Amino acid sequence: MVTSVTSFGRSGLADWVLQRVSAVVLAAYALCVLGFFVTADSVDHTKLVGFFGSLPLKLFTTLAVLSLAAHAWIGMWTVGTDYVRRHYFGRAHTLFLAAYQVVCLAAIFVYVLWPLSVVWGDA
Amino acid sequence: MQISIYRYDPDTDEAPRMDDLSLELPAGRDLMVLDVLELLKAEDPSIAYRRSCREGVCGSDGINMNGKNGLACTTPVSEAAPRGKLTLRPLPGLPVVRDLVVDMGQFYRQYEKVKPWLVNDTPPPARERLQSEGDRAKLDGLYECILCACCSTACPSFWWNPDKFIGPAGLLQAYRFLADSRDTATAERLAALEDPFSVFRCRGIMNCVNACPKGLNPTRAIGKIRTMLLQQGI
Repeated sequence: MVTSVTSFGRSGLADWVLQRVSAVVLAAYALCVLGFFVTADSVDHTKLVGFFGSLPLKLFTTLAVLSLAAHAWIGMWTVGTDYVRRHYFGRAHTLFLAAYQVVCLAAIFVYVLWPLSVVWGDA
Repeated sequence: MQISIYRYDPDTDEAPRMDDLSLELPAGRDLMVLDVLELLKAEDPSIAYRRSCREGVCGSDGINMNGKNGLACTTPVSEAAPRGKLTLRPLPGLPVVRDLVVDMGQFYRQYEKVKPWLVNDTPPPARERLQSEGDRAKLDGLYECILCACCSTACPSFWWNPDKFIGPAGLLQAYRFLADSRDTATAERLAALEDPFSVFRCRGIMNCVNACPKGLNPTRAIGKIRTMLLQQGI
């Protein structure tokens, strides 16, 4: 048993399941949005607001954004723990890995807050 | 035949090097790569490699031949070097002891983690623990592993995390005991594998399947361990 406090679910099984469930959510969301653009006669601001402003799609967008955040963290954490290696960074390895993870977390935080503020904001 | 062979003695060499050699092979015979190594060693006794059974049973002479891991004793030269030049390197990802000899310590430590022995706390029967033919058949494709390390040292996930990812050879053996109807430690074995590294660092690259000289399929075994973990976890 290898412990890791920074993995998403602290469990390989949980991360593995979540990554696949979130991928399905993102695929469904992409098809939903693609379907709108393909079937719409014309797309303008009013139609976009009407489509994305409906409560079901606001909830679906929120679910997709949270899925993206979980999916991205699991993926980026895996990339970091593969490639940010003691072999390359020596004693500073832990510092580099922590810095990498903080940057990833900050980016994901912005990618969550920004679309959610657009979807649920007053404008 | 043109041969390029990896040479490194950490006690005397500053860095590894590839030596280019030329060797006259007997005409009309397709030698095994191990035979070529023996001929080379006859000319230069300082060349180091492991060997024992010379028939694909002991797993001692796992090396990298023209970029692919395999057993030198069961790989014909014509297969390893179809274009005529044979390049011999040690198994990748493990520390080199000397020339083609690698330190297998990390590989064995991962193997040890899966407790590769039968666990059964029930009182032993008078003679032996019996299995049905069907239960015995579940071990086919698993028990044949000879621990040559060709699979684990072909796996990028094992290269990156050799201290955390058990690797295809160890996981094949983990499933060999999970699948054994006589073993009673299934829950404990699965609990020990559930972390983000031991099993789940496998990305399904399948280099292990390509490299295994015994034709085994560690990726399928890893998939079955994941299924067992999922069934237990849901």
